[in-house]
Amino acid sequence: MPGKVPPPLADGSANRLAPPAGPAAPDVAHSVVHRVRYGRYVSVALILIVLAVIVRAFAVGKIDWPVVGEFLFSSLMLWGIVNTIVLTACAMVLGILLGLAAALMGNSNNPVLRGTAAGYIFVFRALPALLQLLIWYNLALIFPVIWLPGIVEVATTKVITPFVGALLAFGILQGAYTSEVIRSGLLSVGKGQVDAARSIGMTQAQALRRIILPQAMRVIVPPIGNETIGMVKFTSLASVIQYKEIIYGAQAVYYANGRVIELLIVAAFWYSVVVAILTYVQSHIERHYNRSQAPVAVQEAA
Amino acid sequence: MPDIVRIRGVTKRFGQFEALRDVSLSIAEGEVVCIIGPSGSGKSTLLRCINNLERIDGGLIEVGEEIIGYRLAGGRLHELPDRLQARQRSRIGMVFQQFNLFPHKTVVENIIEGPLVVRGTPREQALAEAQRLLERVGLAAKAASYPGQLSGGQQQRVAIARALAMNPSLVLFDEPTSALDPELVGEVLEVMREMARSNLTMLVVTHEVAFAREAADRIVFMDHGRVVECGPAEELLARPSHPRTREFLAAVRK
Repeated sequence: MPGKVPPPLADGSANRLAPPAGPAAPDVAHSVVHRVRYGRYVSVALILIVLAVIVRAFAVGKIDWPVVGEFLFSSLMLWGIVNTIVLTACAMVLGILLGLAAALMGNSNNPVLRGTAAGYIFVFRALPALLQLLIWYNLALIFPVIWLPGIVEVATTKVITPFVGALLAFGILQGAYTSEVIRSGLLSVGKGQVDAARSIGMTQAQALRRIILPQAMRVIVPPIGNETIGMVKFTSLASVIQYKEIIYGAQAVYYANGRVIELLIVAAFWYSVVVAILTYVQSHIERHYNRSQAPVAVQEAA
Repeated sequence: MPDIVRIRGVTKRFGQFEALRDVSLSIAEGEVVCIIGPSGSGKSTLLRCINNLERIDGGLIEVGEEIIGYRLAGGRLHELPDRLQARQRSRIGMVFQQFNLFPHKTVVENIIEGPLVVRGTPREQALAEAQRLLERVGLAAKAASYPGQLSGGQQQRVAIARALAMNPSLVLFDEPTSALDPELVGEVLEVMREMARSNLTMLVVTHEVAFAREAADRIVFMDHGRVVECGPAEELLARPSHPRTREFLAAVRK
């Protein structure tokens, strides 16, 4: 393509290896004069102004920074972090188990199982998380007693603690979303893989566990990582039913001392820390499952 | 030699489409049979039915002493549970057109997967056997590679080793060279010739007429879901009795 200049690199540096090919002197390296990128200067200026305004607002606003420091490591906050992490982890485990079950049911040949999975996914995706949380926490109004003949018989209010209520609400809600993720992961593995696994004599369960799921992980893990990070923040809703997570801790303090914004900043700090750690972990897990990505691509091309 | 495969009156439908119509065929132990025919003639479907990857709608397939997918009791055929169907499949090797190696496992892991998981073979023994098989298909140096790092021909030879690792009484080949670049076909056919000489029972769906002539004891010509003609390789290729076979062979040789 004569006369076509190679596109500039993304960072704006000159592509020095490839001189612009002109009819006059195709083999001579000319120095390159880039056009001035006015839009870039304008956007940098605008962003700096906005940042300055925000920083100034925090600096002159009525924020008592020593109070932030004072409560950053208070035991109420530290317990809040622990409880947030515990609830997140348990709800995700429950969500993934339910999601896997619903995904397998959704891919089943049995129409009853398929319908049940579809119904589960519809109901729990349709209702707001807060509503589900309140329903689970108030389960005793519908089922006053949890009763299995000869095994248990207890008052529902004894069983549904704030933790259990939140775990059920978020875990079951999460399962509805995760099942779609897992289902698309299972579908991403070629049908030939099932054939091959069965041809060497694997049962369906063996093929799923040893061949299909490990490959589906590559598709499943990134969105589940995102959803785990989402769950960290979802758990803040559980403060509404008195579960002692980060927001609950912050509220407990500012109801007493009135330092609302200071405590919210403390909470914001800790959420950022937890999410930053999870993001780091997620990138490592993704790398693990991507090990054999290149081979997959080549095989599909073959 | 006794028959190891007996296919009797098998029909298979996909919705309205009749993929197999009243197909009957027997294969003796140690025999190499090639199935040729135009695409859509039911060749691959027949192979998949023998391995029970597809369920048949009528007729009966016997491999060895067993009816595939069923158990005869009290004059009725009872469908076998998944575990026993899987056990039947474990004795029948299959090599696919698209290789279908497990991309997340290395070459040697692909080969020991069946012995390890399905047979419960001790790992050491499975590894030793895998290494022997890799030498047999000329890929001993690639044991630690991932399938994606191999050429198509090499992948297919690994797939053959994977099938052989289960020590099958019968190996089915579903167009094993159709997905390969032309220059890679030879190496795979060479491995298959060696297997044919070693007295393995093989049923090969192929477009390689030259291979069929040289390696097959018998050739089956299929068209529109039926076995049109079946006979000794040389004879069927030299003097096809059915006009449809003549037509097909003429087109292939062009």
